[in-house]
Order: sequence, then C-alpha cells, then structure tokens
Amino acid sequence: MIEARNLTKDYGSKRAVDDLSFTVEPGVVTGFLGPNGSGKSTTMRLILGLDGPTAGEVSVNGEHYRDLAAPLHEVGALLEARSVHTGRSAYSHLLALAQTHGITKRRVQELIDFVGLHEVARKRAGQFSLGMGQRLGIATALLGDPKTVILDEPANGLDPEGIHWMRHLLKGLADEGRTVFVSSHLMSEMALTADHLIVIGRGKLIADTSVDEFVARASAKVVLVRSPEQERLRSQLEAPGITVSSGDRGALEVHGLTAEQIGDTAAAHGIAIHALTPQQASLEEAFMSLTRSEIEFATLVDEEQPAAGIAA
Amino acid sequence: MSTLASPQRIPRLEHTGRVTQLRVFVSEWTKLRSVRSTTWSLAAAFVVTIAIPAIAAAVVSNHWPHMNAHDRAEFQPLDVSLAGVQLAQLAIGVLGVLVITAEYSTGMIRASMTAVPRRLPVLWAKGAVYALVVVALLTPAIVLGFFVSQAILSGRHIDIAFSAAGVPRVVLGAGLYLTVIGLFGLALGAIVRNTAGGIAAFAGLMFVLPPLMNVLPKSWNAAASPYLPLQAGEAIMRLQRGDQLAPWTGFAVLCAYTATAIALAALLLRHRDV
Repeated sequence: MIEARNLTKDYGSKRAVDDLSFTVEPGVVTGFLGPNGSGKSTTMRLILGLDGPTAGEVSVNGEHYRDLAAPLHEVGALLEARSVHTGRSAYSHLLALAQTHGITKRRVQELIDFVGLHEVARKRAGQFSLGMGQRLGIATALLGDPKTVILDEPANGLDPEGIHWMRHLLKGLADEGRTVFVSSHLMSEMALTADHLIVIGRGKLIADTSVDEFVARASAKVVLVRSPEQERLRSQLEAPGITVSSGDRGALEVHGLTAEQIGDTAAAHGIAIHALTPQQASLEEAFMSLTRSEIEFATLVDEEQPAAGIAA
Repeated sequence: MSTLASPQRIPRLEHTGRVTQLRVFVSEWTKLRSVRSTTWSLAAAFVVTIAIPAIAAAVVSNHWPHMNAHDRAEFQPLDVSLAGVQLAQLAIGVLGVLVITAEYSTGMIRASMTAVPRRLPVLWAKGAVYALVVVALLTPAIVLGFFVSQAILSGRHIDIAFSAAGVPRVVLGAGLYLTVIGLFGLALGAIVRNTAGGIAAFAGLMFVLPPLMNVLPKSWNAAASPYLPLQAGEAIMRLQRGDQLAPWTGFAVLCAYTATAIALAALLLRHRDV
C-alpha cells in the first residue's frame, strides 16, 4: 500500500510534483501514466525517500520509507535511471545489496536464475545490454521478497519475450497480494497489464480510476451507423447537441447519442440498419486526449524557461 | 541471456531482519573488493610503496662514492624509505574520492540509499572499510619498504636502524598518515559528489594550497603554513623537527580537518536529495 497526501516537490523554481494525493492498493497492478517530464520518476523518488518532499508526505506500508527498518523486505524498486556500478558484476551488485539485510548468497543466486541472468552473472554490469540491465534491476527489486513493488518503465529495452514475461510477472505479484505500482508511457502495455490507473500531467493528478472507466470517460461517444436509407436516418437523428457527419464508405458518424438510442429511433421510423458500432477510444487515444493540453502547455513553458532541469 | 524461469512466481524468502551497521559494513567490503579498478589501484599502491624506496636506495648507494661531503652530510636515510609514501598519498587520496563518487557517477548510490534509507551507516561503513584496507595494506608495505631500502643502504653503512630514536614513530606514522589522507579524500568526494570535482578539491587543498601561501607576507606564511593539511600531516614523518608542528600535534590537526570534512559530508548526505 502506497499513500501520497498532498505530495509536492520543487526543484528550484520548477514544480515537478504538484499536490498529488493517491492511494495504491495491494492485490492489483496499478499503472502510473503521464507524458515525459510529468513527474512520474520524481514521484517514485519521493516514495523511496531518495528526494525529500517540499510539502505533503508519502508512506509505504504505513511508514515513511526512511523509517523502514528493513526496506528491502517492504519495498522493491526498479528506477528508470540505471542504479548499478558499471565495474561490478551482477552477482556482486546483488550480493552487496543483499548483505545490508543479511540476505544469503543462495537467495542472490536464486534471483539471478529467476531473471535468467546466470550465464552473465559474473560479467561486469557495464557490458550489459539494456534488456539485461532491466532484468538485473528486477532481480534487485525482488531480492528481499517485498510486499510492495515499484517499477519505473520496466518494459524499457525488453524484447517481446521479455515484455510478455514482465506482464505475467506483474500480474503474478499482484495475485500474491502485493502492491504493484508500475510507470509506463506505453499505453498499450498498460491496457494489457494494469487494473487501475493513476494518470498525471505536469505533476498534477489527472485521473485515478480503473482502466475501463478511464477509457470510457475519455471516449468521444461516437457511433458508426450504416443504413440503406442514410439521408432519412440523418434527418431523424439530427437535433440540438447531436451532430451527424459522413464517415468512411458511406457510414454515418453520430456524436451525442448511444447505439441504443439510434437503434430505437430507426426502429420507430421503420428504417433498416445494417451496422451499428459504438466506437471506443483506445487507452492510447484516451490518454492523448486527457493529457494533450498538458503536453502543449509543457512545451510552451519549456521554451520560455529552457534551463529548468528536472529529473522526471 | 537464456530462457526465463516459469511459472512466474518469485521464490519466497524468510525475512532476515533489519539493516544493521555491521551488515552495511559487510556490504561495503563486498563493494570495495568487487570493482577490479579499485583492487588494481590498491595493489599498485602496495607495490609502489615498496619498490620506490628500494630503487631510490639503489640509486643513492650507487652514487654515494661520487657525492661531495656536503651532500653526504645532508643525506637522510629515512627519507629514502618514505619516497613511496609521497606517490602513494596521491593514489590513496584519489581512490578515496572515487570510492564514493563512482557511486554517484554510475547511479549505484540510488540502490545503496534505497537499501539503507537512513543513509549515514553507508558513509560510516565506507570510511571504516577503506581506512582498514589502507592501514592493513600500506603499513606492511611501508615497513617492508623501510627494511628493503635500509638493507641496500647498509652496503655503504649509511642506513638507519628501525630501533633508532623516532624511527618506529615515523614508519608506522606514515601508515596512519596515508589512512587519514584516504579518509580526507573520501570525505571530499562525499561533499562534492563528482569525481573530477572531488579530485580537484583534494589535490587543491593538499598540493596547490602550500605554494599559494608564498603570496602571503612572510610572517603570515610562516605562521599559517604548518597548519595546512599536508604540512601538518607530514610532521609525523619527520625525524628532526624543522618549522613543522610537533609530530602528534600535526597529525591531530590533519585528523581534525578530516573529521570536519566527514561531519560536513554526513550533514549533507542526511539532507540532500540523492
């Protein structure tokens, strides 16, 4: 369980995270979405106590991260930025972290096997590909068998097999009752993996909802209709607040009515209908439409203030 | 890379309890010995600390018949034995900087601080491990360098015995000096958090500041110079006292600088974002 209350972080005059409040519940995969620079990574750094908040607070499993006596048993984290000494082998990296909690070499070896790195475990991490680096990061996150898992862009650099593996891993972790908090900019990936979404833009909360609700809310409520009596149907449907336009290949695009309402109207007037299709926005489109204004605003501001560095 | 484990269940683990200072110490020991460049640098410092006095002694021995009376009178056999320390202090200081700044440059610090969110145990453990390694490795090297070089000089009967007054203090003190220098570098690295900056700060305070003192009026220079880190620290390695502080006073001054730097590093580590 992760609870953020009025979490705010300023870097100089730049506000990276702005009054964020949300709760990440155990037992489900919670996706953390936002355009680049929206404050996802900063929020994760605040959760992990790497950065201190300017205002507000965030707790993990009921405690501030910095107060955890055995953090690796409570929280496992994979940060987007690499957090491995390039001159050290994967094995030694994991061992050094394990030793801070008295975790054994056997456990380290177990995790290396689990993420499929045993053949390269003694190689210097600097020689790892992006995908191997991600696997090492996941092994690091799972080392202490944590109740809460926080992963920043875990699919980065993974091949399709690896992405598939990751998806099952996340679901498995949630099924075991763990809290799983995963950031991504890949909406399609989130649609397949996440149950719940927290969406931010410019450091502010935009949505905290289930994936299905999120898509429904952002969908434009468009229905495609095909009919041999197109013009008669059009004249029956048109009303204030409802627009009917010509779509692809002779179909009508109706905004402002549900498929049921259109079907009933056609039936009442004896008009034949060949196809009646509600158009649902993809998660990607939903995300774009919700965050578009934020991105445009961000671009504008960044051009005016080019020097504001932000770790997000 | 090979096939992935399946089914997708992570192996469970009996919880092993809390983070302790001792566990962090063990972790830092693993970190120090698992980076090849560090172990090579330490090995090189060990060899140089023995080899340079041996070479210097051989050169002096060879040259002795051609030296004039004045040069012979000025000759200090103990200086030959400490020639390696002059080079080792640079290596040990720079490595001290690197022990901590490499964590920042590679991002490892984020992993370290997530494992030990109270942060300070990491600094204490890093300092303790590095200090112990330096003192355990370089004190024997200095002692060995002393006996090898004095054995070579004894061929000309110009050697000094280990039992001579002040010699044990100089030889063993050199090991302590290098250890504190290593900690000074580590503290500066922790304050600056950047390799180039840390090395510049170390080299600047140790080796650039002393000649800069010459721009001061002579009496000021004479009064202040003995208190610079290098001069103060080197007092413990001087057999005859010149214009330096007394041996242990000088060493205490170097320790005070180092302690101040460590305290500042700790304060900053506690409060800065990683």
